[in-house]
Amino acid sequence: MLDTRTPLVEVDDISISFGGIRAVDRASIDLYPGEVVGLLGHNGAGKSTLIKILSGAYKRDAGSIRINGQDATINNPRDAKGYGIETIYQQLAVADNVDAAANLFLGRELVTSIGTLDDAAMESKAREVMGRLNPNFRRFKEPVKALSGGQRQSVAIARAILFNARILIMDEPTAALGPQETAQVGDLIKQLKSDGIGIFLISHDIHDVFDLADRVVVMKNGQVVGSARTEDVTKDEVLGMIILGKVPPGATAGPGALED
Amino acid sequence: MAHQPAVSTAAHPSRHVTNPLQRFLAATELDTRLLGMVGALAIIWIGFHIFSGGLFLTPRNLWNLSVQTASVAVMVTGMVLIIVTRNIDLSVGSILGLVGMVMGVMQTDILPNQLGLGLGHPMIWVLSLAAGLVVGVGIGALQGVIIAYLKVPAFIVTLGGYLVWRGAAWWVTMGRTVAPMDVRFQLMGGGPAGSIGFFWSWVVAAIACVAILVGLYFGRKQRLRFNFPLRPIWAEISLGVIGCGLAIAAVWVANAYPWPRRIAENFAAANGITIPEGGLFISHGIAIPVLIAVGVGVVMTFISMRTRFGRYVFAMGGNPEAAELAGINTRWVTVKIFMLMGGLCAIAAAISSARLNAATNALGTLDELYVIAAAVIGGTSLAGGVGTIAGALLGALVMQSLQSGMVLMGMDSPLQSIVVGIVLVFAVWLDTLYRRNKN
Repeated sequence: MLDTRTPLVEVDDISISFGGIRAVDRASIDLYPGEVVGLLGHNGAGKSTLIKILSGAYKRDAGSIRINGQDATINNPRDAKGYGIETIYQQLAVADNVDAAANLFLGRELVTSIGTLDDAAMESKAREVMGRLNPNFRRFKEPVKALSGGQRQSVAIARAILFNARILIMDEPTAALGPQETAQVGDLIKQLKSDGIGIFLISHDIHDVFDLADRVVVMKNGQVVGSARTEDVTKDEVLGMIILGKVPPGATAGPGALED
Repeated sequence: MAHQPAVSTAAHPSRHVTNPLQRFLAATELDTRLLGMVGALAIIWIGFHIFSGGLFLTPRNLWNLSVQTASVAVMVTGMVLIIVTRNIDLSVGSILGLVGMVMGVMQTDILPNQLGLGLGHPMIWVLSLAAGLVVGVGIGALQGVIIAYLKVPAFIVTLGGYLVWRGAAWWVTMGRTVAPMDVRFQLMGGGPAGSIGFFWSWVVAAIACVAILVGLYFGRKQRLRFNFPLRPIWAEISLGVIGCGLAIAAVWVANAYPWPRRIAENFAAANGITIPEGGLFISHGIAIPVLIAVGVGVVMTFISMRTRFGRYVFAMGGNPEAAELAGINTRWVTVKIFMLMGGLCAIAAAISSARLNAATNALGTLDELYVIAAAVIGGTSLAGGVGTIAGALLGALVMQSLQSGMVLMGMDSPLQSIVVGIVLVFAVWLDTLYRRNKN
């Protein structure tokens, strides 16, 4: 049923090399509106690199990206944001020395009629968004440096959802969080999904994503091993894909699948 | 639109502090580090006053101090932004030298002779200054592009610039000194003519006071609008009194310094004024270079705190990768910072050459070190992301106070360098301790 619609994102045959090493080798993935796709693989499997190409942090060597069926030109993070692609990075991409509101609006500040920063309006909006996301968050005036890992992550997530993202990329979103905050992020993902936002969840830990994802795509050594709907496979089968590259019967094999 | 009185306004953090001093600091939201610097400056001033036998805290010395600080003060406001973004600019002194020469040649030769305006034409100073700004901003843009787009470290680019622009300053006239400067241009250097006098100094004080009060009022209104914790009324009043008091005190000191007797007598003779009993008292008032430096300080504070550009500068300093990923065009911002620095060097060059009434190819030698030292003493962190314009201006004042105080004490000049060097290291060590304790 999903296949009758136009995918939100189609990443086709993407390759990128760093100094002779093929970090991503002819990888293809897609994402539909309101769908959560878990992108799984070991550390160094190429998941983060692939996703950084989509979010504009890296430039691809080959391949194409289509958004809503249209060819997209993504050369830098600004381009990606222009297509409604928001990314929450693994290494919490926040500026440590400025406060939460400044981070939320970084690059897209609210300004007054004479073009100066409207700090009060930004802080007010920040309080509203953060109140929804993490009601315990109180430290708006302090540099983000002073916050805990979970609070910093809330800031990063709030920044992504603040600007009506259509495609959300979350790279190890719960890696720095405690159990309660992890549960909050899970609820948030379900809420965003019901709003029709497409989400890529990237993790090396299958338990983080299996329950949240509609579909998983597994990568190994820069190649896509295969993809499967989570209802068609078990966690153990997916683990087999991650570790051995062995594709179970319920999954579709990719170019990186183990040859029998 | 009328605002409902905020019933549920959150309590201001100062409510929770009992110690009166801490409570005062929390309520007024003053920067404790900045206050520490003011304290250090007070100690330096009083110390020099005692050890120089009462020569330091006189209107004359303080007025001279303010004029001597102006050139470095103008440049340090740009250096803060450069250091905040984890760059450095070693070429500012050489840029000052080259721009000074260019402006000197413009007003003594090119404009009056080659373009036929004639000496003393009223447009000469404007055109010379404009030419200087174009050269300064152009040099900044060139260095900025090499740093941002060709990815050569700022240290190397500006070290190269340090040599290149100093050499270029020599080439402008093959090392000849250019003098005298245009009469109107000279006003930017201070002196009895280059000061705004008694009346206008008080006008400046009045404007400053009104600006402070209006700023406090709008700040409070804005907080009320968004239901943020308000400063207690007594804290707002204290801030207003302190701010206005400082402005009034500064103008009072500037007005207490009279023109030298001979100049005042010449002025009286030329204007047909009879000299009263006990000599003629004509106030200097605020010197024009000081007014320029204060104006630059205000504008740069505004740029760094209230504009997107300023926000990007600090975000880039805190986490360059995050800034880039947030969609900020970090390279272009870097170029703009260096262009700004070049423009400020041109203003400083105008002040220095006007004050000397000559442009020499050695003008601004060692200034880069004083500017960097002032920025660092003023709390700008070389690790990036941290620094304020006000702190850097205070740092410049501290540096200049040390130097002129030691001159008043009759200290040998090699010893002066030794003291300044030690103070720089000591100040940064204190700052490190402060930051460590704060976290």
